[in-house]
Amino acid sequence: MKTRYEKIIADIREKSRLISHPVTFMELCGTHSQTVAQYGIKNILPENIRLVTGPGCPVCVTDQRDIDSAIGLALQGIPLATYGDMLKIPGSSANLEKARTKGADITIVYDVTEALELKRQKPNLVFFGIGFETTAPMSAWAIKKGLTLYSAHKRFFPAMEALIKNKKLKIDGFIDPGHVSAITGTGIYEKLSVPQVIAGFEAMDVLKSISMLLDQIIRHERKVQNEYDRIVQKKGNAKAQRIIKEVFETADASWRGLGKIKCSGLKIRKKYKDQDAEYVYRTLLKKIRRKMTIKPTACKCDEILQGLREPQSCPLFSKTCSPESPHGPCMVSIEGTCNISYKYGKIR
Amino acid sequence: MCLAIPGKIIEITGEKAIADFQGIKKEINISLVKVALGDYVMVHAGFAIERLHTEDTRLNPPI
Repeated sequence: MKTRYEKIIADIREKSRLISHPVTFMELCGTHSQTVAQYGIKNILPENIRLVTGPGCPVCVTDQRDIDSAIGLALQGIPLATYGDMLKIPGSSANLEKARTKGADITIVYDVTEALELKRQKPNLVFFGIGFETTAPMSAWAIKKGLTLYSAHKRFFPAMEALIKNKKLKIDGFIDPGHVSAITGTGIYEKLSVPQVIAGFEAMDVLKSISMLLDQIIRHERKVQNEYDRIVQKKGNAKAQRIIKEVFETADASWRGLGKIKCSGLKIRKKYKDQDAEYVYRTLLKKIRRKMTIKPTACKCDEILQGLREPQSCPLFSKTCSPESPHGPCMVSIEGTCNISYKYGKIR
Repeated sequence: MCLAIPGKIIEITGEKAIADFQGIKKEINISLVKVALGDYVMVHAGFAIERLHTEDTRLNPPI
């Protein structure tokens, strides 16, 4: 008897034979990329189905300017707290870990409640908040509890719109992020006229979503389907949406690799300006940013983040760039495309 | 970053709850969700972000 994995793979192969042209699907979440690499999903897909990784690693898309600003604040004696992955992300000339060796007070926290605890001992603590809709509600909650935040938070959907507009990239279907969708709901994706499936993070979820995308291609449909309905509800998490809206407003934001994207950032509202590091330290940040320079590098993270290039074709990959000594953000985060490729080897 | 793990709510105290992650018990924040004792939730960065809408906590999708 066939196992359910053998059945779904046979189903994908059968459907792929009904499609005469090559198709490219993009998975949009770093955790999906991990599942795809860990289970060798790219290798078992039929020849005419290509899976590329998009900009779904929030750590990786954090702009150099934000890293440099955080380093600048920390080196000026302002205690910082942030999520662990952020420490090694390169700014223009250093990273937060290096700033630590120069005496900067930077603490890794697991969640914002730890940062709030820490604030009791360090009243001028700034939390460097990053992430999409999955971490923005926690930051909003903490701001309401009195935490000061430097917001590098982003909205995910505007990046998908930017990818669709990119003429260099031809995407036939998206595997939409599971936990971002748990917050936003499914409706937002309907603005895009491309086949999409919101997927969970087990290997079976990803395989099933590929099969569902193939169905849409065969039937010439362009709709949003929800494979992850054990978590994602049509309207999303209303409580989380409300708190994001209450504390943040949308603003243009710069993404590493994708450049400036309209209304893709989450800026702290004026009502909470006394907890907005951008406002509290505006004079200092102006001074820090005046000295910033963008250092040219051979790192190809910008193209990798858009699915335009595979890590192995970057001249630095596994030569001078490795998880121990990363040049670009995609090698730092465990959800970064280069880090995953380094760990799991060459994938088709 | 989007890595979330499922846990079972075994104790609730206001905005906080104790979740059981297959034997490991940890305090989480439940202010973003409406949950009751015995519910399974997806926990991300210390916060429950959604309730599991299935009895199947093994999380494997049906095929």
